Amino acid sequence: MSTLLECKNLTKRYGKVTALDQVSLRIESGHIVGLLGPNGSGKTTLIKIINGLLTPTSGEITVEGNPISIESKKVVSYLPDHTYLNMNQRVCDVIGFFKKFYDDFDENRAYDMLAKLSINPKDRLKSMSKGTKEKVQLILVMSRRADLYILDEPIAGVDPAARDYILNVILNNYDQNASIIISTHLIADIENILDEVIFIQNGQIKLTSSVEEIRAEKNMSVDALFREVFRC
Amino acid sequence: MPWNLDSDRPIFIQIVERIQMQILSGKYQPGDKLPSVRDLAMEAAVNPNTMQKALAELERSGLVYTQRTSGRFITEDQNMIEQLKKEHAKQTMDTFLLNMQRIGYSKEETLEMMSEAAKGENA
Repeated sequence: MSTLLECKNLTKRYGKVTALDQVSLRIESGHIVGLLGPNGSGKTTLIKIINGLLTPTSGEITVEGNPISIESKKVVSYLPDHTYLNMNQRVCDVIGFFKKFYDDFDENRAYDMLAKLSINPKDRLKSMSKGTKEKVQLILVMSRRADLYILDEPIAGVDPAARDYILNVILNNYDQNASIIISTHLIADIENILDEVIFIQNGQIKLTSSVEEIRAEKNMSVDALFREVFRC
Repeated sequence: MPWNLDSDRPIFIQIVERIQMQILSGKYQPGDKLPSVRDLAMEAAVNPNTMQKALAELERSGLVYTQRTSGRFITEDQNMIEQLKKEHAKQTMDTFLLNMQRIGYSKEETLEMMSEAAKGENA
């Protein structure tokens, strides 16, 4: 086991608003981590910093010991909360694009998963439902052999049966040395596949714990604990 | 179909209980090979590390053993399985008697009702 991601006193301000406030955390390899927090708690800001889409106001962040750079992006596979794909393209074109772009992209894996979900690679993205588009994007992201997968709201737009399948895709495609960070509100749906959870509120880490610890010590699910901690 | 797990108890304990039950009920026979950690985790829709922990616990209790390189197997020690079966039966009965007591039946009354019920089933 080695440290994949480390943040030290990470702070991000947008003008007068502090989105992240002195966040320190460390994620080891081989874990599935839930990044959980209410709306506006700083989840997406943190994720964007890890992916180099935002720069922190202060503090340090490293991925496998490297600062955020081309090197770190090579090992991080990121599913953003909004799509950036060209909706006029066919799925097979996008796969070609990913293959050129990422050395670790496994084309066969992608076509396999598409076939299992009966998605036609010749279909154009714009002709697909919201849920199918989300599935395609997740397939693209999980078809990379990355060390760290970051999934921002991967199951928000799909029906419960497809959710089960997506969790299956996640479990099936990650290898024991990689880690996955999943940000979501749908805690009950994913908590059985998580090792650890990080609760974040107002830009600060409120709690980090293993799922089994929460259940053993508090006799409640992560979902129930979340509702208690963040009661409105 | 993901396994049906309670949301308020540690997951690995529930996995241990479930696999124990599958051994007691004969779904897994002595000497049977268990699926891999990954396959079991996928079937149950749980974290592979949690599944690993549950199997390690079953191994520690002796119900499951690992054969280097070829995988995990159910114990061939019938005595051990028999023992576990008895423990499980005792627990089930204790819980039942307690529940009957709670609604006001003495052990004698419960016994009587049980034999009536058993007769009814045979008829």
